[in-house]
Amino acid sequence: MLFYGTELSSRLMLGTAQYPSPEILADAVRAAQAGVVTVSLRRESAGLRAGQAFWSMIRDLGVPVLPNTAGCHTVKDAVTTAHMAREVFETDWIKLEVIGESDTLQPDMFALVEAARILTEDGFKVFPYMTEDLVGAERLLQAGCEVLMPWGAPIGSGKGLNNLFGLRALRAHFPDVPLVVDAGIGLPSHAAQAMELGYDAVLINTAVARAGDPAAMAGAFRLAVEAGRIARQADPMEERDMAVPSTPVLGRAVLA
Amino acid sequence: MKILVNEETREVSTTTLAGLLDELGYGDARVATAVDGDFVPASRRGGHMLAEGARIEILAPMQGG
Repeated sequence: MLFYGTELSSRLMLGTAQYPSPEILADAVRAAQAGVVTVSLRRESAGLRAGQAFWSMIRDLGVPVLPNTAGCHTVKDAVTTAHMAREVFETDWIKLEVIGESDTLQPDMFALVEAARILTEDGFKVFPYMTEDLVGAERLLQAGCEVLMPWGAPIGSGKGLNNLFGLRALRAHFPDVPLVVDAGIGLPSHAAQAMELGYDAVLINTAVARAGDPAAMAGAFRLAVEAGRIARQADPMEERDMAVPSTPVLGRAVLA
Repeated sequence: MKILVNEETREVSTTTLAGLLDELGYGDARVATAVDGDFVPASRRGGHMLAEGARIEILAPMQGG
């Protein structure tokens, strides 16, 4: 699967926020064998230079970066942040977030489509963080997006895949578009489920960063993503409402 | 001249964005800049004049999800 012409080394994308320490973050990225790490931009003070140390650590990990526009609530904020991220991280990839509602951090699909159109025209390769809205997905593709990233559940909630029907419908409608479940995954089983639905990758942050042992959890997610992917390729059985004996009935002894 | 840098009021003597980064000690730090809400690329910082009360954002890489 190609993301804007690039083959990723792994279908597990990992966020870099909320880890107990930079060392634990680095351990988790290695254990996950992450194909991409997400990063962000924040205010830098000349004295502290916290951002410079972080950037040097990320560069040493050698994993492609996907900057985000986290915290943006308007088209203008998101577009300006994307431009700043492109210069700092030297990539035209952008995980586009335009938040519409503060309690759920639900994407504003209207602003998202508008920002995606502007950024695509400016040469960005947009990874839009979206709801599982089918029509919105169509509009994002028309705006120039070549990847879609629907949420599984609200960011940081760990609730897994809230709307299986919606996620399945997206997969069925856009069989050739790279699809990534971004946000809401809390356990490796959720990640495996996303891959079993035919999603091309998952993006995890809180579930790894907030685990008691982030590196171990990162390894568990790596295995789950791989298992789910192999299961999808192996063509799972159809679900049935009634029992069907797995042991052959023919030749069964009559003992009464 | 008084300006706002990352929402803190600063009294500075320089008049350009490039001069501001030097004066505040950012040196060769990897940062991106915006003035009054608009992105200003590194290549244009030297010619970007700052007005009294300008709002400057100086951003750097940070952990993100």
